[in-house]
Amino acid sequence: MNAVLSVMGIDKKGIIAKVSGFLFEHDINILDINQTIVKNIFTMVMMVDLGGSDLEFSVLADKLNKMGDELGVEIRIQHEDIFKSMHRI
Amino acid sequence: MINVNTKEITETIKMIRDQHLDIRTITMGISLLDCADENPEKACRKIYDKITKTAEKLVPAGEAIGRRYGIPIINKRVSVTPVSLVAAASRTDDYIPFARTLDRAAKTLGIDFIGGYSALVYKGYTESDKKLIASIPEALSCTDFVCSSVGVATTKAGINMDAVKEMGEIIKKMSEMSKDSDSLGCAKFVVFANPVEDNPFMAGAFHGVGEGSSVINVGVSGPGVVKRALENVRGEDFGAVAETIKNTAFKITRMGQLVAREASKMLDVPYGIVDLSLAPTPAVGDSVAHILEEMGLERCGCHGTTAALALLNDAVKKGGVMASSYVGGLSGAFIPVSEDAGMIHAAASGALTLDKLEAMTCVCSVGLDMIAIPGDTPASTISAIIADEMAIGVINQKTTAVRIIPAAGKKVGDKLEFGGLLGEAPVMPVHHHSAENFINRGGRIPAPIHSLRN
Repeated sequence: MNAVLSVMGIDKKGIIAKVSGFLFEHDINILDINQTIVKNIFTMVMMVDLGGSDLEFSVLADKLNKMGDELGVEIRIQHEDIFKSMHRI
Repeated sequence: MINVNTKEITETIKMIRDQHLDIRTITMGISLLDCADENPEKACRKIYDKITKTAEKLVPAGEAIGRRYGIPIINKRVSVTPVSLVAAASRTDDYIPFARTLDRAAKTLGIDFIGGYSALVYKGYTESDKKLIASIPEALSCTDFVCSSVGVATTKAGINMDAVKEMGEIIKKMSEMSKDSDSLGCAKFVVFANPVEDNPFMAGAFHGVGEGSSVINVGVSGPGVVKRALENVRGEDFGAVAETIKNTAFKITRMGQLVAREASKMLDVPYGIVDLSLAPTPAVGDSVAHILEEMGLERCGCHGTTAALALLNDAVKKGGVMASSYVGGLSGAFIPVSEDAGMIHAAASGALTLDKLEAMTCVCSVGLDMIAIPGDTPASTISAIIADEMAIGVINQKTTAVRIIPAAGKKVGDKLEFGGLLGEAPVMPVHHHSAENFINRGGRIPAPIHSLRN
C-alpha cells in the first residue's frame, strides 16, 4: 500500500533526516520526494510504500504525529487513494 | 510524484486542514421490517438486537477510514424503517418504549444520531401513525439521540392538511416540553414534502421501504472549500463562478464516493448513495451564506440571494453527479439558519427574513431549517408556515422540509443556543395575521395537475 506523507511547518535543521531515518527504521521505502521552502515554510511531500512496514497504519500515523509535535511541524500520512480519487478521473 | 502532483496533494491537505472539508456523516440504513411483533417488548428486543448487530462496526470503521485517508468523519449515524410501520403490528398504544429502544441502541453503538422515529401520512393516517405522531413530543424529550420526521405531502398525493394542522400543535408541545434546553426537542424533528428514502442527514433520515436490508449512505460537507475557491474568481462573470463551483463540488464528491465505497467494503453493507448537499457548520469559514456573499451580495438575504443560491445549488449538482456513480439523498445546498455562521449573522441583523428563506427554499434543498420563531406563535401559524413550504415542494416536485423552533418564553431579538453542530438561532419574526380558519378546514389539498404523468 502506498501513502502520501506530508510535512509542513517552519523550516529547521534535521526534518528530512529525522523523518527519513524513522521510515528506514520501519522498513518503509520512499518512492518519491518533493520538498520546497517558501518564505521559511518548509513543505515536503513523500510517496512511500508501506508494504514492508512492521507498523499498523494507525500506529504509524500516531508516531509520525508525535514526531511532528517534537519537531514543531505538522506531519500527516494519508492513503494515496484520497488524492487519486479527488484529482484523477 | 506518482500520478498526482505536489500541488494537488497540498490543495487537498489545505482543504481538510484550513477549509473544514470533511465527511459530515456515514449513515447506515437498517430495515426493521422483520422486527415487527405482536408483543411490543419482543419487538423492541428484536429492534435493539438488529440495530446493534448490524451497525456493530460502524463507529470503529468510520474512525479507521478517517485515519486512513486523513479526513475527519464528523458523525456516524443510523437510520431505520419508519417506526410507525414496524410498531403497527404490536398490541400497544404506548410507543415510547420504541423510542427508548432506538436511543439505547444508539448509546450502545456510540453513534451520534439515530433517525426513523417517523411516519408517512401523505394521504392519511393508519392507527399506528396516529399513535406514533402523538408520542413524538415525549419521545424526543425523553431520549438523547433519536430524530423524528413526518412526511405530510407528496407531489403524487397532495398535502394532508389534517396532518399539517397536527404538526403545528406537536411542534408547540415539543417546544414547551423541552423549554429547559432551549426547545431542543424541535431541532430533532422535521416535517417533509416528498421525503427521500436514502437521506443520510438528520433530523430527517429514515430507511425507506424501497431500500434493502441495510445500506451505507454518505453525506459530505464543504462550504468552506467552495468559498475559498470562489475567492480566486472575484470580479469574473457567472460562467467562471459556475465552473469553479462545479470543479470544487467534483473534488468534494469524489472524496465522499471513496469513503462510501470503503465503508461499504469494511462493513460488508451495500453502498447506497453519496448525498451532494453542501452542509454548513457554525464554525467560521464553513458557511453557505458566506459563499453567497462571496458572489457579491453584501449580506445573505438581500435581493439577489435567491439567484445566487440557485446557481450554487445547480453547479454543486452538476459537479457532484459526474463524480459519483450513485447520487441521492437530498443533494442540494442546505440553509439551516442556526448551523451557519453567515446565516446567523444575516438573521440577527435583520437582513435575512423568514419570507426570503421561504423563497430560497424554492431553488435549493431543503427547506425552512433550524429557524427560531417567537415562543408565543400560535400553532395555526406554524401549521400555515408548514403548509406554505409543503406547497413549494409539492408543486415543484422536490423535497422540502420544515424544522422550526418556537422558542418557549422568548421573543424576537432573543436567541437560542444549542451548541455543537446545531449552533445558535436568533428568534425571527413571523407574520401576525391569523391563518387559523384556513388551517381548521382540514382534509387534503389535492395533488397538482402535473402529478398525472401516467
